[in-house]
Amino acid sequence: MSSDEVNKGRRRFLVATTSVVGGVGIGIAAVPFIKSWMPSARAQAIGVPVEVNMDKLKAGQLLKVQWRGQTIGVLRRTQEMVDGLSKVDASLSDPESQNAEQPEYIHGEQRALKPEFLVINMHCTHLGCVPQMVPQVGPQPFDANWNGGFYCPCHKSKFDLSGRVYSGVPAPTNLRIPPYSFLDENTLIIGVSPTGAV
Amino acid sequence: MAKMASSLSKKTSALLNWFDDRLPVTAFWNNVMTGYMAPKNFNFWYYMGSLALLVLVIQIFSGILLAMHYKPSAAEAFASVEYIMRDVEWGWLIRYMHTTGASFFFILIYLHMFRSLLYGSHKAPRELLWVFGMFLYVALMAEAFLGYILPWGQMSYWGAQVIINLFGAIPKIGEPLTQWIRGDFFISDATLNRFFALHVIAVPLALLGLVLLHLVALRENGSNNPDGIEIKKNKDADGKPLDGIPFHPYYTVKDIFGVGMFLILFSFILFLWPEAGGMFLEHDNFVPANPLVTPEHIKPVWYFTPFYAILKAVPDKLMGVLLMGASVGILFFLPWLDRSPVKSIRYKGTWYKVLLAMFTIAFVRLGLLGMAEGTPAQTWEMRVWTLVYFMFFVLLFFMSPGAKTKPEPDRVTH
Amino acid sequence: MKKLAIALFSAVLLLPLSSLTVSAAGGAGVEHSGANINDTASLQRGARLYVNYCLGCHSLSFMRYNRMADDLDLTEEMVMENLVFSDAKFADTMDIAMHPERAKAWFGKAPPDLSLIGRSRGADWLYSYLRGFYQDENGEWNNTLLPNASMPHVLWTLQGIQTPVYRQETNADGFTHEVIDHFELTTPGTQTEQEFKETARDIAAFLDYAGEPAKLKRKGIGVWVIMFLVLFTFIAYLLKAEYWRDVH
Repeated sequence: MSSDEVNKGRRRFLVATTSVVGGVGIGIAAVPFIKSWMPSARAQAIGVPVEVNMDKLKAGQLLKVQWRGQTIGVLRRTQEMVDGLSKVDASLSDPESQNAEQPEYIHGEQRALKPEFLVINMHCTHLGCVPQMVPQVGPQPFDANWNGGFYCPCHKSKFDLSGRVYSGVPAPTNLRIPPYSFLDENTLIIGVSPTGAV
Repeated sequence: MAKMASSLSKKTSALLNWFDDRLPVTAFWNNVMTGYMAPKNFNFWYYMGSLALLVLVIQIFSGILLAMHYKPSAAEAFASVEYIMRDVEWGWLIRYMHTTGASFFFILIYLHMFRSLLYGSHKAPRELLWVFGMFLYVALMAEAFLGYILPWGQMSYWGAQVIINLFGAIPKIGEPLTQWIRGDFFISDATLNRFFALHVIAVPLALLGLVLLHLVALRENGSNNPDGIEIKKNKDADGKPLDGIPFHPYYTVKDIFGVGMFLILFSFILFLWPEAGGMFLEHDNFVPANPLVTPEHIKPVWYFTPFYAILKAVPDKLMGVLLMGASVGILFFLPWLDRSPVKSIRYKGTWYKVLLAMFTIAFVRLGLLGMAEGTPAQTWEMRVWTLVYFMFFVLLFFMSPGAKTKPEPDRVTH
Repeated sequence: MKKLAIALFSAVLLLPLSSLTVSAAGGAGVEHSGANINDTASLQRGARLYVNYCLGCHSLSFMRYNRMADDLDLTEEMVMENLVFSDAKFADTMDIAMHPERAKAWFGKAPPDLSLIGRSRGADWLYSYLRGFYQDENGEWNNTLLPNASMPHVLWTLQGIQTPVYRQETNADGFTHEVIDHFELTTPGTQTEQEFKETARDIAAFLDYAGEPAKLKRKGIGVWVIMFLVLFTFIAYLLKAEYWRDVH
């Protein structure tokens, strides 16, 4: 019967409309609750950028600071260290750092804004242990041709003096570089990029 | 287009068949939705059950989110609630959902119970449905009481102090009992932590179990209706009640509308008036708990005040506790106290209308008095209304069997 | 019958309820403050007043500087230069150096944190409290809303010093005692009475805001939510009505 047909059409329309409006409502309503899982104001306050003063950092020395629960190392590299970086390119997994987690303003084998200072996330990219710094060039128990770098005792991963990972070790990628910039000649701020973006 | 649609629906029914072979999905749906014949004359009072279920879901949802940030220790609880209100993104929304939900839960349940008093939904064969409902009510009161201590404000602390001390009135076992409840010699971190565990896990599980029993008992005999007549008495050729309509789609569609109306009221409070003048969120609870300073005026949240008034009306502590307990306990026996041959107020005499009106006024009045300070004049008034409250049950018992009733209709009216 | 019931109902419910007020709802000596949290300029002045006169003793340990800046339309520079006198960072909470135990030794009672005073007492009470300080005959500070509180009148340089003028009053039991009739400004301050009212109002408004920063946004959001729900409920009603045409 024709009136039945009209009814069914109207019903389908109303069911569809109610469902769509209700669905949109639930979708929008879900947003605040999902957002409540984001780091709170307190977490963000604790995760604020860290200023590092390098007045007392001697050449060849490593300084460690905490930022957002991570150990960040600042290494003042000698000219020798910087010059020696290309020697080991052949033994590295990713010498150009194409797969590394680093800010877009970090390039090349020196992996730093200023070649003198390496700012590096000290957590091994394998399972998170903090490697030891072994800056001396010369045979080491873990590598006969060691050119200086970082050695992780947990599963024997090796990284060079730019944090680039050697091939044939468990760690898959180069050590991570956090966002950072220079406030002045001797002061770094970790957590803030040079353009001002955090 | 039609081919696509029919192949999609074929796939959907194939999927459904896969489930049906392993789980009674369609059978269940037919049983409780499309095959459940509900009376066609449900009115305003029949929204409350489904809305209460909605509020239970809201409380569990908001409660879980709160528990992700709340710290159940005396040292950190108060600060963690403010952390939620300020530092957690949209934390204030989650908190207000929970406080608004708590008060609305009781509003709905009181209206839900009142419906039963209007239409005799507690009478045979639905006595067990009512009893499960009463257990649900008691569990809900426990849940609210346990939850209120968690913000660890002045009212949280001192309200718990007063109520737990009531147990001390029980002769002989009173003192050790209160120590056992508190887990300490005074209300402390131990008390808070265990109340948290009860509030978050134990009582919600009990509530869910009781809701299931309540719904199964409902399904067993079907719903009552405003005329109080059994629709199963008049069936058609297929054995379906003439005055029944399938729950789905008619009541699913009506309940969706009910949900919309409810959410408007709920949102109004949540966003525009969350404190509700100090009734839903008490001002004193924004002061951290201090065992050394008693607030000027200790009172429970509004939904407990009628019973609090009954407690205050009695000068003796133990008798007050017993009478307060009796005021809830007597409700369990309603199906047997109400001996009226008809279920609905529509077909009872004027005597019942007067009795119910007086009972309602007594309940509301006791509630208001429970919030007040308790001057001598107010205490006398509390005693009067306490008497009225209990007299409802006494008079109901004696007057209901013999009272004149109006003839019940054969078929439902609107 | 129905009308009788309604009449009876209302009459009984409206029976006089002496002192049946929910706590913190007004009371003796509390004046209407006119504090308005939607007046950002007032909140900014209140913040500056609070930091200069109150923060020395009363922490706001649940309020972060950066949250306050965001809500009050202040830049980080403005806040760090004008409102932060310690080594606190922008994202830190407004804590103070004073140790509660030492404070208790000095004042007799540790000055409480005021993060939530706006919610427990309300803006009107705070406004009246700030205006209710006076110096009694012994030269000691007292306050009409909190008699014998150990707090001195930190704003006295602005308001000046007022002293009470008493009168005799006899209560219902026949006892005669002294009550404050009115105040006299015996030492003027740098502000007029009107200016000081505004000062007190600004602080009250700021503390009202500090008690619940979310209040600035939640009402606006609520209006949108309710409007959406009205739309949804209307459509749901049409759906319900359409199906219920079947039912007679």
